[in-house]
Amino acid sequence: MEIVLPRPAEEQALAHLQAAYPNEGGGFLLGHQQDGRVIVLDVIPVANVFSAEEQYHRYAMRPEDWMALEDQAEARGLTLVGYFHSHPDSPAVPSDYDRLHALPNFVYLIVQVDQGAVQAARAWILVEDRSRFEEQTLVRSDAGGSWQIH
Amino acid sequence: MAYIKIPTPLRQYTGNQAEVAIRGATVDEALRDLVARYPALAPHLYEGDDLRSFVNIFLGDEDIRFLQDLATPLSEDARLRIIPAIAGGMSF
Repeated sequence: MEIVLPRPAEEQALAHLQAAYPNEGGGFLLGHQQDGRVIVLDVIPVANVFSAEEQYHRYAMRPEDWMALEDQAEARGLTLVGYFHSHPDSPAVPSDYDRLHALPNFVYLIVQVDQGAVQAARAWILVEDRSRFEEQTLVRSDAGGSWQIH
Repeated sequence: MAYIKIPTPLRQYTGNQAEVAIRGATVDEALRDLVARYPALAPHLYEGDDLRSFVNIFLGDEDIRFLQDLATPLSEDARLRIIPAIAGGMSF
């Protein structure tokens, strides 16, 4: 599946994750799914509520944040299509911890942030039987069109 | 009939319905009824016979953990909601 990420949305997400370094940061991807593509139209950074001493390798958000943002997305005619989070000084590959907390049909955008600088962003979706993630094609887009980097 | 709102990623298992009607005198009974009607939901809500730890159930605006958990009684017009606990992190 192609995940289309507009440049302004990506820049907003990456700026949030760099600011969160050396801790993990994250938030939601809003948009819609059509014709086998997920189109991201907005990103909403959400505070990391994991205990402070664990935030260097853990991210969590309050269920109330999901509830409020799902309602807001629907009011705008959008849906929650995924979430993004960082792996500080670690590859942009889902961990077992990620997999155990994941749902299918939802984009997991993982960003490697090394020494405060973004190194890689990769998109994943959990397979139906929950056994693993599959990497998706991430397509950056801007007003002039789009181009593929993976 | 009580109603339960389904989170976006799981709606493909309920025929793309955002909210479905379910029967049950308690939250536990209502969730069992939900997965009986939509069996493909089960592996994402349950691990064995237990609700997965990242699955939160709200009754109105209240997390059922702060009520009577799965034994929370439901009125005929109760509104439930499944809220995934979003979490992630590195391997270590």
